[in-house]
Amino acid sequence: MIPELAHFLCVMGFTCGAALAITGFFGAKQSQPAWVRAAKQIAIAQFLCLLCSFVLLDIAFLRDDFTVQYVADNSNTLLPWYYKASAMWGDHEGSFLLWTLVMAGWTGAVALRSESLSYEMRGYVLSVLGLLNVAFLLFLLSASNPFLRAFPLEATVGSDLNAILQDFGHLVHPPFLYFGYVGFSVAFAYAVAALLTGRIDAAWARWSRPWTNTAWALLTVGIALGSWWAYYELGWGGWWFWDPVENASFMPWLAGTALIHSLAVTEKRGAFKSWTVLLALLTFTLCLVGAFLVRSGVLTSVHAFAIDPERGMYLATIVALVACLSLSLYAFRVGRLRSRIAYRGISRELLLLANNVLLTLALAVIFLYTLYPLFYEWFTDGGRVSLGPPYFNRAFVPLMMILAGCLALVPVSRWKRTPLQLFRPSLYMLGGALLVGLVVPLMYSGALHIGVTICVAAALWILSTHLADLYRSRSSLTLSFLGMSIAHMGFAITVIGVTITSGFSVSQDLRLTVGDEVRVGDRTYVFEDLRIVNGPNYVAHQAQFAVGDIRLLPERRQYTTRNTVTTEAGIRPGFTNDLLVSLGEPVGEGAWAVRIQEKPLIRWVWLGAFLAAIAGLLAVLDVRYRRLRLRETRSARESEVGVR
Amino acid sequence: MNRVRKRRLGVALFVFLGSSTTLALAFYAMQQNLEFFYLPDRVVSGEAPIGKTIRAGGMVVAGSIRRSNEDLSVRFELSDMAGSSFSVVYEGLLPNLFVEGQGAIVSGTLDESGLFYADQVLAKHDENYMPPELADLHPAE
Repeated sequence: MIPELAHFLCVMGFTCGAALAITGFFGAKQSQPAWVRAAKQIAIAQFLCLLCSFVLLDIAFLRDDFTVQYVADNSNTLLPWYYKASAMWGDHEGSFLLWTLVMAGWTGAVALRSESLSYEMRGYVLSVLGLLNVAFLLFLLSASNPFLRAFPLEATVGSDLNAILQDFGHLVHPPFLYFGYVGFSVAFAYAVAALLTGRIDAAWARWSRPWTNTAWALLTVGIALGSWWAYYELGWGGWWFWDPVENASFMPWLAGTALIHSLAVTEKRGAFKSWTVLLALLTFTLCLVGAFLVRSGVLTSVHAFAIDPERGMYLATIVALVACLSLSLYAFRVGRLRSRIAYRGISRELLLLANNVLLTLALAVIFLYTLYPLFYEWFTDGGRVSLGPPYFNRAFVPLMMILAGCLALVPVSRWKRTPLQLFRPSLYMLGGALLVGLVVPLMYSGALHIGVTICVAAALWILSTHLADLYRSRSSLTLSFLGMSIAHMGFAITVIGVTITSGFSVSQDLRLTVGDEVRVGDRTYVFEDLRIVNGPNYVAHQAQFAVGDIRLLPERRQYTTRNTVTTEAGIRPGFTNDLLVSLGEPVGEGAWAVRIQEKPLIRWVWLGAFLAAIAGLLAVLDVRYRRLRLRETRSARESEVGVR
Repeated sequence: MNRVRKRRLGVALFVFLGSSTTLALAFYAMQQNLEFFYLPDRVVSGEAPIGKTIRAGGMVVAGSIRRSNEDLSVRFELSDMAGSSFSVVYEGLLPNLFVEGQGAIVSGTLDESGLFYADQVLAKHDENYMPPELADLHPAE
């Protein structure tokens, strides 16, 4: 009964979405504030329906209800309860249910927190969000329904969750990624509503900013969690592969980062209006493209997804429809937007323009590289080609370093025009940063390394100018200013982490038997013991390595149900250096293939990302937005009364 | 032309030149570094270039995996299940799902004798998943 109820509630969610789209749109178009108020209630009802539907299906997972096909395919009686619960989004159908739930959640949040918008704007925003969710729920119910029963009903123990997904990373990474992805739909809906009403002004930008910041922060956390998970679970110490699925999440992130910044210019200076709207449309479209790339399997990826081409077609249709409709609307309405801006010397506007150009270029490069194999296959009738990480790095890293240079100038820059003498202290800091940058590679490898020097110096320059600025303005700090500074410093910390760990990691693949001693880097590793460990649903070979007093326990797990193997690295995490041992396959005569690695500053990669995410949320909490909300709520109420 | 316009033109030109240079360099880097993919029949027939980094793939022939007793070198055969196969030499850790009878993709160079020196071995990560490159081969199941 429970899955049927969940199915029914999901259909109810679909109906609510359709009702929301209609009442919101006509309420706004026909000047009916009462309809828009009804839309608010419908949005909340939609969220509750989908939440209950989601929870009920999850209960089917927890209760091992293998009469449901999706549960039988992705769960197992032996799984610990928390993996049963998260097996819910382990495959296609469930992850789309999660997507629609998150979408309904954002819609509900917008409905509750948009009191201060004019009823017209509010109606359009809710209508667009409702329509988007209708498209996804239609897809879910028609082409990838997770609620269906398995016929004939057979007694089974379930065919188990993919072994790689039986991990803490799977509990947190996909939800955060979806919070971020779907969160950009709010900025998208605001942009569409603004185009429909023809009012794109500072108020519009001020409204979009907190929502965009929140989505961006959550996406940042999602991507960082994915990278961390890959590092300890499947990457053999790798943390970023330029894999199509990773790029699919990184492209919206780049567009979203550009959007945050161009929204700032639109709010403060009334400039970049048409560009900001275009970015808002593009960012969410890229999220949809990402969903398509991940779920359609058109590109070879390390992420394993068994794929049904029909679903790919449906998703491609959604992407094409959203992109075509929103861009045509943009094309028809953009002529109304006028913004004037004059660049005089190095101003904050100019730096933000550079930010947008560089991020867009980086986005274009990654888009090109990611999709090139696909285009090549189409144009050469089945020819296969691929591009490896070095080529991504070659194009991407220089762009990021120019961006870092611009970023370091941000604290001293002023709107409109910056007197040149203000830049003098920054130049001294650049000198200091370059000196330290020169020393860093000497410290790690005893040799000069120009690439590392440039990257480290750029990052240190950002850190020093921002810290100096924070100190200077310590008595008058606002949360949004603090957020901006911390986010930029987070970026710098990530740059340092990426540079050092890419430049000076040590890695060796070895053939070892118990009792062997090897020297890797400056440390001696002793292969002390090998034992068999029984987990709830796997049998593992666990090796014990000693490095001084530290014991590392890498495992090679054999999951019994699907007979798959996973590698759990033995990691000694450290702020300055990670030690990592992974156990490969047995290679005969009691010997094992073992990879031993040292990864300096790897933690900084994620530390910087988390700092930036926290900073993004700090900016949202700024009192400025709260005060505005109160004031605008009052004026919106008044205008509503006027209409009646 | 007044000063404001001149400046705006300057900014526009700068953006345009910067963007086109970047994209040109990106395209150039890409043209230099494409790795083409070959199935076993084309490796055997000599259509695959020698000494250039390429990708090739096929099913790992059962019983063909030979390991060294000293280090991590391994030798195996990849076949298209239709009569063509070639040998691969690799040193390092093999992926977890590298299994006899399953698909694998190797990246590396081919020498004159038809031996493939792999820098990287990729296997699928899910038992239901087949890399699109190998989708045309139908493994005996």
